[in-house]
Amino acid sequence: MTSVAAHAPAHGVHHGPTSFWRKYIFSTDHKIIGIQFLFVSLFFLLVGGLLAMQIRWQLGFPGKPMPGGGILPESMTAGGVILPEYYITLVTMHGTFMVFFAIMPLLVGVYANFLIPLKVGAHDMAFPRINMASFWLALTAGLIMFAGFFVPEGAARAGWTMYAPLSARPDLSGSNIGQKLWCLSIIFLGLSSILGSLNYITTVINNRAPGMTWFRMPLSVWALFITAILGLLALPVLSGAAIMLLFDQTLGTHFFDPAAGGQALLWQHLFWFFGHPEVYILILPAMGMVSDIIANGSRKPIFGYHSMVFAIVGIAFLGWMVWGHHMFMSGMNPMLGSTFMVSTMLIAVPSAIKVFNWMGTMWRGNIRFHVPMLNAIGFVGMFAIGGLSGVFMAATPVDMFIHDTYFIVAHLHYVLFGGSLFALFGAITYWYPKMFGKVMNERWGKIHFWLTMVFYNLVFFPMHIIGMGGQMRRLYDPTIYTFLKPQQPMNEFISICAFILFAVQIIFALNFLLNLKWGKKAPQNPWEDNGLEWTLPNPAPHGNWERPPNVYRGPYEFASPQVPEDYLPQTRKLPTDREPAAAGTGH
Amino acid sequence: MSWWLPRQASTFGPAIDGLFIAILIITGIAFVIVEVGLVWFAIKYRGRPGRKAFYTHGVTKAEVIWTAIPAVTVVALGLVSNHYWVEMKGRNSVPPDAMPIGVHVKQFEWSFMHPGPDGQLGTADDIKLRNQLHILLNRPVVVHLEAEDVIHSFFVPEFRVKQDAVPGMHISAWFQATDTGEYEIGCAELCGMGHYKMRARVFVHTPEAFQAWMTQQATPTEATP
Repeated sequence: MTSVAAHAPAHGVHHGPTSFWRKYIFSTDHKIIGIQFLFVSLFFLLVGGLLAMQIRWQLGFPGKPMPGGGILPESMTAGGVILPEYYITLVTMHGTFMVFFAIMPLLVGVYANFLIPLKVGAHDMAFPRINMASFWLALTAGLIMFAGFFVPEGAARAGWTMYAPLSARPDLSGSNIGQKLWCLSIIFLGLSSILGSLNYITTVINNRAPGMTWFRMPLSVWALFITAILGLLALPVLSGAAIMLLFDQTLGTHFFDPAAGGQALLWQHLFWFFGHPEVYILILPAMGMVSDIIANGSRKPIFGYHSMVFAIVGIAFLGWMVWGHHMFMSGMNPMLGSTFMVSTMLIAVPSAIKVFNWMGTMWRGNIRFHVPMLNAIGFVGMFAIGGLSGVFMAATPVDMFIHDTYFIVAHLHYVLFGGSLFALFGAITYWYPKMFGKVMNERWGKIHFWLTMVFYNLVFFPMHIIGMGGQMRRLYDPTIYTFLKPQQPMNEFISICAFILFAVQIIFALNFLLNLKWGKKAPQNPWEDNGLEWTLPNPAPHGNWERPPNVYRGPYEFASPQVPEDYLPQTRKLPTDREPAAAGTGH
Repeated sequence: MSWWLPRQASTFGPAIDGLFIAILIITGIAFVIVEVGLVWFAIKYRGRPGRKAFYTHGVTKAEVIWTAIPAVTVVALGLVSNHYWVEMKGRNSVPPDAMPIGVHVKQFEWSFMHPGPDGQLGTADDIKLRNQLHILLNRPVVVHLEAEDVIHSFFVPEFRVKQDAVPGMHISAWFQATDTGEYEIGCAELCGMGHYKMRARVFVHTPEAFQAWMTQQATPTEATP
């Protein structure tokens, strides 16, 4: 990495630490913490992907020895063949790693950390040491979760949703220590998220540069800010539930065990009261960053900035009132089914506003198809499919058939992979120069995008079809059922495409890793963007700005008639601009 | 393989599949608008040197339109869905003449308690079968689900019926078969490592065949060990 000091102008008060440990390991610099989150969560993304490959092997070729399966211990495979109990571990840990340790930290841990101070013009987070604690707690949580693979009986075995009483009773799930580690890990993760969220919220409220009014904030910052509020309110519920579950497992309480007077459905209510806001934690930051990228790529102001902000707030607000739609078949009062259906249907409205506004932004634009833009357009196209397939599940009578089938698996992957992950491919490429001072390879980025787009759809679209055929989730071997047997060729096809999809990601990994060292040096403002972060050197020095920059306008002034160029940075003072009022508190 | 929903064999079939098709059409239209729009805009407004984009921050009228249309559509969809939901799952939806079946479910098997010749559950002539359910054609059936250990879910794809069985709760679900034959019952909720093999069968009989089956069951031939 290039020496920071070489680029940095002489600092007044913000001297960066010089020792390797303080600078890169126990760092309080929000940018380094963001990069730490990036490496750790990309590692867990790989873990989640490897688990998915094993799931796909079993579903495509049930009962056949898995290549390389022989090296796994006897508790997982027999003669290379995946065992039923290991299969449950696979689906449980795939979901857990992807949701809690890959997508969520990639979006929030990486980009809330990295972007918020840079984009609002702050020196750092409001509480840099708490920020460091947040990273180390998240890493601890991840390692505890990962340790589950190495204990007797293996990792947790009750699905990533951990439905009680299966999760509460080791005699019923067959996993004892693994289940406890899951709870412990989630408690740590919750703490980490609470600390992180507090920091993001405080920084956005207090540490904005002079002139950075609320409605001059980029949509990425808006989305990350609202996400932080969701995280602050939702994660304590999950951690609380995990503590109760851990007590059930260890101290002999019976919160969730009906045999001793507990309530099985209580877990589901607690889990989904967290879990649905969590769904928006996993998509709102992606929406925000995609908004920034699409405006940049279209060289045009974002269409309907204010309604985009209100849509984010609307989604976040409605997100608290829809958790019951995960429970239509759970046996809760059917009256609740009616109310939750209506609130769920309503959430389609802000989602539709966002999709149409992105299209409106491209309308009459002058589009540059750089790699982030391609991925952002891919995000819109795939998120639309994921959003629309949600309507099927929202309609309670239809849900009676497709609930817990592969239709929902298709739906959630369209949102989390087609949505969040495409947005992340875009975001990583877009802010890579700011993080590392290098650019990722354009041609390989495009090859990666197109191959991913094709094979992604070949993997997940057919899942709608086998879900319509009735295939249930989390079945070790669907061919046990006569009515599912004819679908087996499709399962095989999906699996083969999934292996290719996984292999394609090697392109991205190499493009990411090799350019750290051998990449082309990034120009100061590689995407010709208006954001505050591009006024700094790449990578930006510790403390970011010597003096907070003055902000004169919103972030999307592309194609402005006031200047000959097609972009107008937020910090550029035109003769007609007035000096902003002095900064608020916090600097 | 079929690329469509399984065949219909209950009274819920037409309503659920009809709703499915309606949603498929509505979302299909939205899908085409979005995807075609994206591709079209991408081609039409591709960047060309020496040109600047059209400088606008939005068109309020357009935004009102694309907010109002989805809002009206989804609310209408919700009202229609709710009508069927109440008919299928509402607290008072179980037809009074429904044949009661007691379902006791545990890791990893189903046991079905059929009313004997007296038509009543909980009497001495009840017929208990493991992983086999026998019902009458065109007669509503109400299953009273009780789970012993963990959550399971009663699912018959051809009947379009699904209901979780939750330990500590008494949950009923009803359906009415419209076609004779044998169908599979699956467990739709992860219930442990044997989840995948929690398969049972349901037989739909004509009245004559059902009578014959019951007579055969009533004959005390089997000497159970």
